[in-house]
Amino acid sequence: MKLKQLEGLLGGLQQFPQPKEELEQYPTGPHIASRMLFTAENSFEDVSNKVVADFGCGCGTLGVAAALLGAEHVLSIDIDPESLEIASVNAEELELDIDFIRSNVLELGWRGPIVDTVIMNPPFGTRKKGADMDFLSVALKVASQAVYSLHKTSTRDHVKRTALRSFNASSAEVICELRFDVPKMYKFHKKKEVDIAVDLWRFVPASHQRST
Amino acid sequence: MRLLTHNMLSSNIKGVVNGFPLRIEVEKVVEKTVEMNGEFLKKMFEKVDWKALIDASRAMGYTELPEEADSSMLDSDEFLNRFHHALLEIHLEEGALVCPETGRRFPVNKGIPNMLLHEDEV
Ligand SMILES: C[S@@+](CC[C@H](N)C(=O)[O-])C[C@H]1O[C@@H](n2cnc3c(N)ncnc32)[C@H](O)[C@@H]1O
Repeated sequence: MKLKQLEGLLGGLQQFPQPKEELEQYPTGPHIASRMLFTAENSFEDVSNKVVADFGCGCGTLGVAAALLGAEHVLSIDIDPESLEIASVNAEELELDIDFIRSNVLELGWRGPIVDTVIMNPPFGTRKKGADMDFLSVALKVASQAVYSLHKTSTRDHVKRTALRSFNASSAEVICELRFDVPKMYKFHKKKEVDIAVDLWRFVPASHQRST
Repeated sequence: MRLLTHNMLSSNIKGVVNGFPLRIEVEKVVEKTVEMNGEFLKKMFEKVDWKALIDASRAMGYTELPEEADSSMLDSDEFLNRFHHALLEIHLEEGALVCPETGRRFPVNKGIPNMLLHEDEV
């Protein structure tokens, strides 16, 4: 599938009608989401024929993108039932077979190294400090091949250090820097926070090095 | 929810030592046909817990998986078809996943399991 085609399909997805502030619900726009998954597939072969998990899937954009690019099994997880309902309609309309789970990503129990790749746009931690790093810590335990995630550029050094030292990632690389429009839907957002610099990261978990 | 998903989830309630496999309570099963990918199945065969998969597929009413399986069977198309069907095509649409130690039910509605823990379970 071509990048433009992927971006077009993602642009047609329904998004949070009433975003919940405390869960940091804002969608990854079609431009960023399509590039994120397109790079994962075409530069790193982390998507097609893989088991992919979408952490904090919201209305499902990233998992839908993975399924469109040929992921064999997509497991999308969110704590919010209303978002999951929209996400499953989004998947159905594109005739994609995606599994959804309602859970707190930080509390779900896993067996075995079945997930290859985790993709996520975690809460940046504006409401709950460190939320994005909590997600990353779990993602690096669950994924056996790669983790793709978005983090504020202002936290770049911290993210790298923590991933490598505390979470035992065998690599942590910024793939590109992006401008992320956090919509003005939250009253507490000051104007300067509306358009923020965000890094797209690719992490390789520790276990992968051992198994190859 | 596919049985592949079932094969990778476990109950994470505080104090539970062995939360896998979750028992399946079935109210409604749906089947959705997907294209078979032999390479994927071969890779998955190494990773799935076979016993959990047979028990789960039986609970869902599918009894064609052999009791014992080894990798030489992956050369048989008939075996691959059955494995494919059990792993990816049968979905638990309504019912529950039940913690094997505590009996706590995690309800499944419209195919979505609710694995959210109560405050005193974390
Ligand atoms: C920034 S949004 C991203 C949504 C979606 N992945 C996307 O890219 O459009 C973060 C999502 O994480 C969910 N979330 C927040 N905390 C969570 C938690 N502890 N467990 C599971 N999901 C959570 C929110 O409900 C929200 O849908």
